Amino acid sequence: MVDRFGGKDGITMTETMRGRVAVAGVGETAYYKRGEAPDAEFKLALNAIIQACESAGIDPKDVDGFASYSNDRSDPSHLAAALGCKELTFSNMQWGGGGGGGSAAVANAAAAIHAGLADTVVVFRALAQGQFGRFGQGPRRNTIAGDMAYTVPYGLMSPAQMFAMKVVRFMHDFGVEQSALRAISLACYHHAQNNPRAVMHGRPLDEQKYDESRWIVEPFHLFDCCLENDGAAAMVLVSADRARDFDHKPCYVLGAMGGSHYRAGASVHNTPDYASSTFKTLAPRLYDMAGVTAKDVDVLQSYENFTGGVLMSIVEHGFCEPDECNEFFTKERFTAPTGDLPLNTSGGNLAECYMHGLGLNIEAVRQVWGDSTSQVEDVDVSMVISGPMVTPVSSSIFGSEATV
Amino acid sequence: MSEYYLNPGLAQPAATPVDEPYWSGLRDNVLKVQQCGSCGGYQWGPEWICHHCHSDQVSFVDVEPKGVIYSYERVWHPVHPALAEQGPYIVVLVELPHAGNVRMVGNLLGDPEAEVIIGAEVEGVFEHHEDGDPPFTLLNWRVV
Repeated sequence: MVDRFGGKDGITMTETMRGRVAVAGVGETAYYKRGEAPDAEFKLALNAIIQACESAGIDPKDVDGFASYSNDRSDPSHLAAALGCKELTFSNMQWGGGGGGGSAAVANAAAAIHAGLADTVVVFRALAQGQFGRFGQGPRRNTIAGDMAYTVPYGLMSPAQMFAMKVVRFMHDFGVEQSALRAISLACYHHAQNNPRAVMHGRPLDEQKYDESRWIVEPFHLFDCCLENDGAAAMVLVSADRARDFDHKPCYVLGAMGGSHYRAGASVHNTPDYASSTFKTLAPRLYDMAGVTAKDVDVLQSYENFTGGVLMSIVEHGFCEPDECNEFFTKERFTAPTGDLPLNTSGGNLAECYMHGLGLNIEAVRQVWGDSTSQVEDVDVSMVISGPMVTPVSSSIFGSEATV
Repeated sequence: MSEYYLNPGLAQPAATPVDEPYWSGLRDNVLKVQQCGSCGGYQWGPEWICHHCHSDQVSFVDVEPKGVIYSYERVWHPVHPALAEQGPYIVVLVELPHAGNVRMVGNLLGDPEAEVIIGAEVEGVFEHHEDGDPPFTLLNWRVV
């Protein structure tokens, strides 16, 4: 029955997009050490998008929307022209740096489809640091003004240096030991050994090698830090109604959103809730949309710019209490397929590839499809936490047919 | 050895319209942060309006350069050529309880490999760079 405003019975304006959008295909280029990609960044983006469309069985010319984050340089109008897309409807950039927008780009794409703004939306991220410069280096200028003037002259300028101070305070407040960070790194490297796409495939890590590795900035050893890579990754999203027509079994978006807490963006490290990965306000809203709790999550991909961000992200998404970290964070718990919370099953940003975390969303989809190289049994609820400690951050939850 | 805490060669700070009083204050051995003329709230870093009450009557007021260590980090890996021979150094985040708990970033003077105690009381040390172009001043900290 249609009411007088044209809506259907039982559907209100407050209905969320839970289960209304699905991932139809994913694509990735080969992943390279930074500076070693043979192709230009824009060509990498095109390759990943074409692969994602092939994975879905969709003609790239039928893509009508693009969503990305972190000021990706591949402009949707140019992509649509290069791909010969029939029409461009949704052209979206999530504000904010780092990988905080990875799941927000999924949210924006899904929301656009749910709202009727677009039909077939590609979420993508492409990076060629050889072409455009590195993240992990300080600026080379004679003078510096604005927010960075309060930090750079004191030798605080790289991402590791920006975030270590939050992690030091969190570990101090809750008595967290280095072994908690080490467990995250060991799990990532363990899973990378099963994944031929991983840059660190064939380069295993053990406790001794971790402990003996050099400090970058305490509490981060070398193996607590993400890689710097070239490549591209893409996902194609469509409405749930169309999802059953495609080659893969459906993988639904149960929830996805970005955000941050009160004054998370206050400059010079002045956010009131400082020792945080920025998820405290977002996580409850995400679970509410997805209709699940932390206990329902079968497998987790949690963005490692640095292991300390994973530490706080897991706490802030309710998997353990902050004073339980030393017991909770073990390699065994985080290892697929037998651990209670398999973590970063592709190797993640530490050991598969640092594609600003979009590889984590793709791995979460693979877990629902049953296609991971470290597959967890019977995955119904598959979660991604994107870009901790920046603002805004984002998270997403994907679900199998059983969840909708 | 440099007379400064860090080896020379990092970018030097340049004032902007929103923070010029802060940088000129440091030249005169005075720490200034923003305080709202309407509600009295403090804020740092500087903004054009007060985040408490939205008044634009924010001004820079003198505050005593004393505080407590809120967090810190010991940096080992140099990410800038100027620091290639530096060795480890300490960056501290200092909270100023007498100025609305605003926080400031600086270096902690002393042995860079010594233990750093969160909660320790520190005082500001003005580090004047007369050889800057133009000359400028940084604010470092030492445990009292």
